[in-house]
Order: sequence, then C-alpha cells, then structure tokens
Amino acid sequence: MNSPASDPAPLLECRGLCFSRNEEPIFGPLDFTLAAGTAIQVLGGNGAGKTTLLRVLAGLLPASQGEVHFQGRSVDQQHLVQGTAFLGHLPGHKADLSALENLQFTAALHASALAPEAALTDVGLAGFEQQQARRLSAGQNKRLALARLRLSAAPLWLLDEPYANLDRDGIALVNRQIGDHVNAGGAVLLTTHGAYAPPPVPMHTLELRA
Amino acid sequence: MSAPGLLAAGRAQIQRDLRLVWRRRGDALQPVLFAVMVIALFPLALGGEHEQLARIAPGVLWVAILLAGLLTLDVLFRSDVDDGSLEQLLLSPAPLAWLIAMRVLVHWAVTALPLLLLTPVFAELLFLPGRLLTPLMLSLALGTPLLSLIGAMVAALTVGIRRSGILLAVLALPLYVPVLVFGAGAVVAADQGLSSWIGAIYLLAAGLVLALVLAPLAAATALRIALS
Repeated sequence: MNSPASDPAPLLECRGLCFSRNEEPIFGPLDFTLAAGTAIQVLGGNGAGKTTLLRVLAGLLPASQGEVHFQGRSVDQQHLVQGTAFLGHLPGHKADLSALENLQFTAALHASALAPEAALTDVGLAGFEQQQARRLSAGQNKRLALARLRLSAAPLWLLDEPYANLDRDGIALVNRQIGDHVNAGGAVLLTTHGAYAPPPVPMHTLELRA
Repeated sequence: MSAPGLLAAGRAQIQRDLRLVWRRRGDALQPVLFAVMVIALFPLALGGEHEQLARIAPGVLWVAILLAGLLTLDVLFRSDVDDGSLEQLLLSPAPLAWLIAMRVLVHWAVTALPLLLLTPVFAELLFLPGRLLTPLMLSLALGTPLLSLIGAMVAALTVGIRRSGILLAVLALPLYVPVLVFGAGAVVAADQGLSSWIGAIYLLAAGLVLALVLAPLAAATALRIALS
C-alpha cells in the first residue's frame, strides 16, 4: 500500500472549495487532501451538501470558489472529469438494455481491460447477464452500477451513498471493492449515513454542516 | 484518447442506441408513420387534381419529413438525463461531442433515412414529375441530417426544462425555416427550369458541413450546462 507520507503529491487536494447556488452557500469553504491509498468518508445530515460536493469533484458542477489540485496539478472542471468515476443516486445505465449490454457499452467507452462478464461475476450478478435492467431489483441495479466502477481506470472513486438498497452481502461487496481499489493505489471519497461498518482502509472523515 | 479508442467508443454508442431503438420499436416507428399518413392524406383531401398535387408535392414532402423528425427530438437526450446515463457519458474518456454526433446519426438513420428511401414512392403518390425526383432526393439527403443536427442542439438546450415539447418546437422551427426554404426551394427552382437550383443544394451542403462540426460541440456544451 502507498503510504500517504511517501507520496509527493496527494491524489486530490482542495483549498477553500466553495459551492453556492443562486448566492446561497451550499457548502464550504473546505480544505482537505486525499492521498492515494486512502479514503475519506463525508459525513453530514440531509441537505448538508454531500452530494453536491461529490458532483463538484466529479466535474459535473463548477465550483464557485477555491482550487482543486488533482495529482499535483491545478485542474478545472473539464480535467477533473477525466480522472474520476462517479456512483450517484441514479442508476446510470439503461433500463431497456440487459445487464451485460450495459456493461459492454461502459467497457467500450473506457477501453477497459477487464471483461464485462468478469465484472458482473464480481458483483454477484452471474446468471443475470441477459436480464433487462428494468427487471432487476433496486439492489441488483446498485450492484450493476458498482460493476461499472470496476471497468473505469479512474484513480479517484466518488461514491454517493454506495450502501443504499444493498443487503448484508452487498455491503460487504462494496467494502471489498473499496478495499481492493484503495490497496491498488486508488482513492475513494464516499458519503454515508454512518450506520454501516466502514471499509477496512485508512480512512479520514470530513464533516459538512448545513 | 487515441483514434482506435474513438472508433470503438463511437461504435459502442451506435450499437447501444440502435439496441434501445429496437427495444422500443413501436415508438421509433411513430415519426415514419406520421409522415406516411400526412403524405397519404393529401391526395385524398385534394381529390384527383393531378396538376395541383404535383405543384405542392415538394413542399408537402419536405414539411411532412421535417415535422416527423421534430416528433422524437424531445426524447433524444431526456431519458439519458433521467436515468443518469448522461452523467456517465460525461465522465467517460470519450469526448461528449463525438458521442452526441453518433447519437444524432442514429436519430437520422431511424427517422429520416426510411422516409428518404420511401421518397420515390411518395413522389409517385403526389404525381411529382419524374425529372424533379433527383433535385428532391438531393435536397432531402442533405437537408435531413442538417435538421437532425440543429434539432439535437435545441434538444440539448431544453433538456433541463420539464415538459419542454412546445418550447423545443418554438425554438427549433425558426432554425428549420432556412433549411426548408432552400430544400423545397431547390425543387421549385428546378421545376421552373432554372439552372440555379443547384446553388440551393450547394448552400445546404455548406450548412451541413458547418453543422457537422459545430452542432455536436454546441450540444455537448448545452448538455454540460443543463446538468449543472
């Protein structure tokens, strides 16, 4: 595992990061660093801006103020997009396509080295390859979205409530995935209500107040 | 992203969109059926007056095909926004404008291409003189992709607004007018024996080249804004 101290530049560093919508501050200013091989758990009540923070870091929203450094370089919204994988509240795949067809599309876009079938097996969806996503349960749809993360080569994972809708095995699966990714030198920023067992990786917390 | 990567991403996007069209083939057939109905109803409404039909045939064909393309424009990006697929497209290494160009290609291939292939049949139905078929086919072949590209730009602009069907039509129609004027105008000019009809075709071609480059970029920017 990469130790944070030996790494010259942290994977992600935010200085004075703020976001406001229509003059109304949503979060910030935030200062934090996320080193490769570690994870950050974002805590905060409903409406504290956890999802908004993740969307800003994913490059889906422009930050109002502050700097973001990614792999030691100051980046704008456009460049953040290239190094992040985002798991949000929405499924992110087409309900009309089968589980395998959805992953094949993702794999082709990301020129993924991992086979889509292997990614499906990893998340316990073997046997559901030909099932249309609309016929999968909410938990199975979440697993399908988790499989998509594995197909992206992005070093930074942004997971918004990754445990939602998952059963006990699913929660263990998320923790195992986070563990694998962090141990391989990646980094994870996740939001949760905190009622779940955290993944077994070096973890900091970041508190957001509404 | 390298060129083979771009090609693979483009192929995947086309394959995905065609699959989605196939899963909802009833919906996909709607624009084609709409145009067929309009074109089939005109001779019935006007009675058997061949000369009158022949005179309005280019306009009728152009308007029917233009409006048919407008029908499915509203859903071009809507479902991708609703289920979060668009976020994932934004985060993929492939350029969004390229993926949008592929998406527009599929929209054109599904709504306009079948109508383009049926145009000789429609022309017979409306008693269009045979010598006008070439200008008509040329103008439609260049005009319909242009309509799809302009439409995609407007659809991207309005995707952030719920129930934007009317707004989309209001925004798209003024942009469609020049295409219609030059497209149908080329056929009318050819009918009057003017050799200048090819000029209108050249203008459509120039517009298409411009839109091929600019429209996907503009649509990508509009979609980024719509998501934030």
